[in-house]
Amino acid sequence: MSTAALKAGKGGTAAKSTASLRHRLAERGIDTSLLMLVPALFFAVALFIYPFSYGIGLTFQPSPEIQQQWGGGMFANYVAFFKDSFLFDSVWLTMRLALPVAIFNVLASIPVAFKLRQRFRGKKLLTTLVVLPITLGTVLTAQGLLIFAGRQGWLNRFLIQIGVIDQPVAFVNNYWGVVFSLVISGFPFAFLLISSYLSGIDPSIEAAAKVMGANWQQRFRRVILPLLAPGLATTSILTFVLAFSVFPSARLVGDAMGSTRVMSLMAFRAFGEQNDYPMASTIAIIMGLIELVVIAVILVWRSTMYKGSTGGKG
Amino acid sequence: MATQTVSGMPQAVSPDAPETQAPAPPPAGKKKSGSRGPGERSLAASPTTWFVWAGMAAFFIFLVGILVSVVVDSFGKPWFDSWLPDAFSASWYTDAWSQFGLAHIIVVTLIVALTVIVISVLVGVPAAYLLARRTFPLKRTITLLFLLPVLMPPITYGIPLATVMYNFGLGRTLTAVILVNLVPSIPFVIMTMTPFIEQINPTIEDAARMSGASMRRVFTKILMPLLIPGILAASILVLVRTVGMFELTFLVSGPSSDTLVVAIYRAMTAAGGGEARQLVSSMAVIYTVTMMIILVVALRFISPTQLVARVKESRED
Repeated sequence: MSTAALKAGKGGTAAKSTASLRHRLAERGIDTSLLMLVPALFFAVALFIYPFSYGIGLTFQPSPEIQQQWGGGMFANYVAFFKDSFLFDSVWLTMRLALPVAIFNVLASIPVAFKLRQRFRGKKLLTTLVVLPITLGTVLTAQGLLIFAGRQGWLNRFLIQIGVIDQPVAFVNNYWGVVFSLVISGFPFAFLLISSYLSGIDPSIEAAAKVMGANWQQRFRRVILPLLAPGLATTSILTFVLAFSVFPSARLVGDAMGSTRVMSLMAFRAFGEQNDYPMASTIAIIMGLIELVVIAVILVWRSTMYKGSTGGKG
Repeated sequence: MATQTVSGMPQAVSPDAPETQAPAPPPAGKKKSGSRGPGERSLAASPTTWFVWAGMAAFFIFLVGILVSVVVDSFGKPWFDSWLPDAFSASWYTDAWSQFGLAHIIVVTLIVALTVIVISVLVGVPAAYLLARRTFPLKRTITLLFLLPVLMPPITYGIPLATVMYNFGLGRTLTAVILVNLVPSIPFVIMTMTPFIEQINPTIEDAARMSGASMRRVFTKILMPLLIPGILAASILVLVRTVGMFELTFLVSGPSSDTLVVAIYRAMTAAGGGEARQLVSSMAVIYTVTMMIILVVALRFISPTQLVARVKESRED
């Protein structure tokens, strides 16, 4: 507070002579420099808050066709969403993809981040290689998967050659195609976050545990994991967001009308193909709600885990 | 693994050896694994180590396979049921260039990316400065407001946003593409710049201000030079994100305002089974090469791990 007040009193002499409202505001951290926040706030409100509230309002103005088919007055969009199994099943289809992929990406990146933390030759190169797929983007990954893992691709060709399989296996245009594409784009991201959180942990803490005679597993469970928990929670959330909003790959390497008919595809179908903006917004808002529920669950889990570990150590 | 560390325990307690905690990577040197001196590691890697490296290998095989097959495909003349195409040529590139008007698409992509960078840096850096340095009422709420667009899946706010854009008659225009891309970019700049500004010692600014520099002079003469590396890093990341942003751009762009990713997607999903696979591949290669150059340049300026949290690397090494 005192530093803030110090900084706030920029025209030192002027502020002293009028130790008035302006001065008192400055003491609470309000002065003209806060104007620097205005442009950012403007954009946030104009491009995020306003469209979002508008979208929520839109969900209560269902199109006549939806109203006629499903009833429910202003809630017709929601009634339609939960009653129309074609729409509602997409929730389950999305979760079936996003949850396992997010969990896998986070769990797999922990040991890799550990390995790449130690010093060895080529560490920087390896790190760069792991991070590289972030730039590939879903579209290129999809195209590559279609060619590489397709029926006549190198992967099938190789597996047949070494005699593991005798018929080409369908790796793409189904559930697994999307899983592969999500792992390729999501794992580097999870790795990047986890390794940055890992390097934020003071190594001397672990060294201390080692001096006290803790073995590898104890050190991981009792020292590293609790310290990593906040980072793990954030990583899980962000990885889940990535996998949950899967859209291009579900269309390109998935089975868009079958096992990978995810929510974002349905939302886009309503938006771009049917021009039913209220319904599209409804699906989008419900996606956001599910997202929030998952985030809340992760945060609750993180708080229990953190307390448990430190308590056990005490 | 447990036994190996425990047996090495009594000696390996030098405080500056935190690297010994995890098992060693696969054999790199040629030492005897029997009697280990202080700080030395077992050379027989544990099953978990092998598991991790096997997983990594599988990941890289997929990665390289994907990349190489797209490149080979983009140069292959006919390629159906064989290991390699029958003949190679660069004609797919020239075809793609003329058929899709790639020159125009690339210009659009660059205009969008650069405009987004300039606006989000101009808007985001001052906000990041305030968030890093000051306390003020509602700070937590405002921080959360800036965080939300990054936490939400783009399509969640993208669809209402696109609806608003169409209502304002901005649909399919370049303006709309730029505006929607600003939504995640500004928070992103704020999120990257806040920890960066926190690192800068505030006494430098205090000293400048005590010497009579005005707020503007402090900004231009003191802060700007210190902020340049951070701004550069943030700009490159925004560039990567904007060029790669599919969902938001796709929702509002039209034929004249498609960026490269969206153009590739449209080519892949065009009615009638999409364009020839090789055309798409050559476009994808152009896209990837652009992105790789950006990333390699970016990694020369910044360490990937310094983005999210402040790293104590300097102390470690």
